[in-house]
Amino acid sequence: MDFISILSIFVLACFVGYYVVWSVTPALHTPLMSVTNAISSVIVVGALIAAAAAGASGAKWLGLIAVVLASVNIFGGFAVTARMLAMYKRKERG
Amino acid sequence: MHEAAQTPAWVMLAYLAAGMCFILALRGLSSPASSRRGNRFGMFGMALALATTLVHYLPRFEVGDAPWLGNPDYLTLAEILGAIAIGAAIGLVTARRIAMTAMPQLVAAFHSLVGMAAVLVGAAAYLNPEAFGIVQPFPPGTGWTVYAPLSLAPSINPVSRVEMGLGVAIGAITFSGSVIAFLKLNGNMSGKPILLPLRHVINLGTLAAILGLIGWFTQDQSPWVFWTIAGLSFAIGFLLIIPIGGADMPVVISMLNSYSGWAAAAMGFTLHNSAMIITGALVGSSGAILSYIMCRAMNRSFVSVIAGGFGGDAVAGGGAAIDKPWKRGSAEDAAFLMRQAEQVIIVPGYGMAVAQAQHALREMADLLKKEGVSVKYAIHPVAGRMPGHMNVLLAEANVPYDEVFELEDINSEFARTDVAFVIGANDVTNPAAKTDKSSPIYGMPVLDVEKAKTVLFVKRSMGGVGYAGVDNELFYRDNTMMLLADAKKMVEEIVKSLG
Repeated sequence: MDFISILSIFVLACFVGYYVVWSVTPALHTPLMSVTNAISSVIVVGALIAAAAAGASGAKWLGLIAVVLASVNIFGGFAVTARMLAMYKRKERG
Repeated sequence: MHEAAQTPAWVMLAYLAAGMCFILALRGLSSPASSRRGNRFGMFGMALALATTLVHYLPRFEVGDAPWLGNPDYLTLAEILGAIAIGAAIGLVTARRIAMTAMPQLVAAFHSLVGMAAVLVGAAAYLNPEAFGIVQPFPPGTGWTVYAPLSLAPSINPVSRVEMGLGVAIGAITFSGSVIAFLKLNGNMSGKPILLPLRHVINLGTLAAILGLIGWFTQDQSPWVFWTIAGLSFAIGFLLIIPIGGADMPVVISMLNSYSGWAAAAMGFTLHNSAMIITGALVGSSGAILSYIMCRAMNRSFVSVIAGGFGGDAVAGGGAAIDKPWKRGSAEDAAFLMRQAEQVIIVPGYGMAVAQAQHALREMADLLKKEGVSVKYAIHPVAGRMPGHMNVLLAEANVPYDEVFELEDINSEFARTDVAFVIGANDVTNPAAKTDKSSPIYGMPVLDVEKAKTVLFVKRSMGGVGYAGVDNELFYRDNTMMLLADAKKMVEEIVKSLG
């Protein structure tokens, strides 16, 4: 992909993000922060590439440490979000 | 870019699908009912991105012309899976054990991890550019990367150098900023702003130096340039957050959320990875919007929050206020008033979270509902230490979310309400924000609690003031009754009187 196509994806995603986030109900702003935290750990992709690559051993170790950090975030972020969302209940009627 | 061009279509499509899952994850948060499904989309997207990367990038032993037929390098795979398992164990245990009152600290800690991961990935890409496919072709214009003198390090694409530099800089700022935010929120560090002399000059100078070095990095990819960018960025993250007071943390934590997104996006540019770019843009705009909402709710400009110095122990305007008469009530009085009421609106604030009074509060509401009283909750956007913090605490105490209302939805109802029960909130109820132009909180949207027939105000003592350091004239109004005690104890006593 050339720079312009990447930039196009980025700019369009910013617009999508803008509209999607404004539609999030304020009651769920804390889960929003924890889930955005979890998904921003998609940076793990870069860490995996570094950890899987042959060649520079320094880069490989940095990659592995980054995999650990990002995994804490991925698993912790999604789990804590799920835990919070499970608590939001409607009024029991009847 | 030659390497990226070789990325198979299925890999690119899988990353795109992961990005779409993340959009759906945020979209689900538009209502609590759809949010759980949204979260599952997020998990699926992440699993897809992880699996795709592992399958595509894991080195294989070549079999003739068909490397994809070879056995994968099991040692590397084991190392990676081990790293994921360590991270997963730490993450899952933390997520299970963390108290809901400690969510702001946890989110700050998680932000710091994203920031550090971005720095490490950037450093790995710098040390091993071939693995990331960002080596400049040599001779120029060809697809080759054979560099004439083999002793020379491979030359990184200038565009990739800028992206890498920005990614590392934003990641480092996110890391050190989040560490300070964590220490302040966790109480390891005083919430008071720490003001260095000439701090604006130092900060702007450091920022200019970082940008200048990123520019220079396109000309000279020596290690000192790269590591100085990283070092200065760690320093500026630290310097930017120490002058910001504890009360402004909702803005800071949203802002750092935004930064962690931009760091991921910058790395996505370096790696030409659409999942990272889409996610980065989503997270970046999410944090930016939350910061904006928080600033608006405090009637402060983003620049004034970032400049810092607010939210310390500012001296209250006049000392005369203390002499004014006020009424004190007991738990029995409060129970009597609320039992007679048709409608009670509860206004919780950070003080409720500190006292852990939310469970007792829900018990009180249940007893009132049994007596036929309508009970609602009114939440100010900056109540608590992060956006939506009060809602989570109430949800944890089993308060149904359709009884919880935002400021603009409930403010008109106070005039028709018999009792407003303020617990642990202060500045967000101060009528001075509407009338007193000299007040530091003038113009801030507040809950119109004083319009209720009676205001019950739970507060530890008369001495303290809110974070803005202003006296609250609500205390001295004829229709206000002060309930002076620890929030949890007071609510428990009211429950006893009601029961």
